[in-house]
Amino acid sequence: MSTPTATVSTAPSGRLAAGPRRPTTRGERVGAVMAHHFFVYRRTWKGSIIGRFASPLFFLLSMGLGLGALVDARAGGVAGLPYLRFVVPGILAMQAMMLAFGDSTYAVMGYIKWNRMYSAMLATPLRVGEVLGGHLAVVALQIGLATAIFLLVAAPFGAFGSWWVLLAVPVAVLTGMAFAVPLFGLSARMETDSGFSILFRFVMTPLMLFSGTFFPVAQLPAWMQPLAWVTPLSHGVELSRDASEGRWPGWLGAVHLAVLAAYVGVGWVLAHRSFSRRLLS
Amino acid sequence: MTDDVLLHARGLTKSFGDFTAVDGIDVLVRRGEAFGFLGPNGAGKSSTMKMVGCVSPATGGELRILGMDPAVDGPAIRARLGVCPQQDMLDEDLSVEENLWVYGRFFGLSRREVRARTDKLLDFAQLTERRHDRVEPLSGGMKRRLTIARALVNNPEVLLLDEPTTGLDPQARHVLWDRLYRLKRDGVTLIITTHYMDEAEQLCDRLVVMDHGRIVAEGSPRQLIDTYSTREVVELRFAVDEQERHVEAVRGVADRVEELPDRLLVYTADGDDTLAALHDRGVRPLSALVRRSTLEDVFLHLTGRSLVD
Repeated sequence: MSTPTATVSTAPSGRLAAGPRRPTTRGERVGAVMAHHFFVYRRTWKGSIIGRFASPLFFLLSMGLGLGALVDARAGGVAGLPYLRFVVPGILAMQAMMLAFGDSTYAVMGYIKWNRMYSAMLATPLRVGEVLGGHLAVVALQIGLATAIFLLVAAPFGAFGSWWVLLAVPVAVLTGMAFAVPLFGLSARMETDSGFSILFRFVMTPLMLFSGTFFPVAQLPAWMQPLAWVTPLSHGVELSRDASEGRWPGWLGAVHLAVLAAYVGVGWVLAHRSFSRRLLS
Repeated sequence: MTDDVLLHARGLTKSFGDFTAVDGIDVLVRRGEAFGFLGPNGAGKSSTMKMVGCVSPATGGELRILGMDPAVDGPAIRARLGVCPQQDMLDEDLSVEENLWVYGRFFGLSRREVRARTDKLLDFAQLTERRHDRVEPLSGGMKRRLTIARALVNNPEVLLLDEPTTGLDPQARHVLWDRLYRLKRDGVTLIITTHYMDEAEQLCDRLVVMDHGRIVAEGSPRQLIDTYSTREVVELRFAVDEQERHVEAVRGVADRVEELPDRLLVYTADGDDTLAALHDRGVRPLSALVRRSTLEDVFLHLTGRSLVD
């Protein structure tokens, strides 16, 4: 056994002088969690921002101008609107769902199992709710940003009927969170990532196709329509379309908001429980 | 005097369903001590550390850390602890210094304060030259030093180290031990788990030996060796299949003999005397080594098994 003590005398100290440790508020602690995620995004934002601009262009070209020209020529539009104006608000809500899926599955599992950053965070004064809330807040901001970019790109094509379309941004964020929050909880319960591709194929894809995004829910067979109404996406799509056309949705709007809010609220309780069980056992 | 007690556990228990990982242990750690939990894998060391780190609720018993109850004051206790877990838990996509910056913010340190501390900690962890590099390609030893640096960002009163050198090569271990000595000298209380007896002997002022969730012995490394082992040990190796034949003769000259698959351990006050006595009885091993007793011998005596299977 060698004697490492020989080098100790010259080594710098790891003991820091007691610095000012400010009493932190919950807001500051959530902000610190968000700051961590922003540092991670600093490494990847260039790639993702290109995608944020490219994806609306692809949709506009294929759906609006390609399929739309055909639909408008044959049927004179959908639900009294040119197809472009029908479909783009729906795609806004759908994109929010897809982004939520991307940020709430593999990413969450990674923070739990792969780099275990959630555990590292919970070794500090942070609480489960703050770790969860900070990460979800960053997901919400990402969805809001992507939706705003979509608006910016699609507006010059005449995809929106009214300035009220600006409300489609908070609607998209709420729609996205109606998926993200429960998905955080689900991801915290999964042992391997193999379930995510099944989830995508058998839940996300049907929702994307059958939630009134590309054609009205009323076109579906009667037995399928309730499925659309109990899942969040169709409510986001309807609200987004109302905002885009500047239509007051009335009491139905309150129902849409209530369903989305319920997914967020119940999802939060489940996610908080799943995180606590997984990370603090 | 009670102010100096940083960790106090009485009858501390942790169960997962039917399995009892920690079975009613009593522990007391005072300020400035380097305290160790020594035991094989599965002895309950990590479960104990998680309870002490306030990230795992105790199933039973009483636990006080810094005079507070983890069930009530978890965040307040964690604000004053440093935790170096068994896995490094670094964000490998971030750079070395970014890992320290973001972590300091979790403790409510201002941005300026965190940056000032980062410079000192990188110096301490010998990572200043790698500060802008991503963490992912760093060596195991560097990642572990970064994890320790990160655990020090809040200037903790107690540093918890769960198997700090497991998986590191011998040189990286010595570098790490050197850093830990330094911390100990600067007054940081260290609580260490390990299944390496040399690590426990090097670092710990006092330790408990754990097995199957229980504490089977407690004391300084010296006390444990004096109590549970003899001053010296003679290791005898025989040709294949010959060991069996000599056991009886060897038993006649020693306080205690342990039979391992590949050798006999002969516990005695004076190894050379014992060797001479064996020679007189016609025992001719292939090789004979006289050495001092270690904690490994203590563990073997207490549990009948070696530490690292």
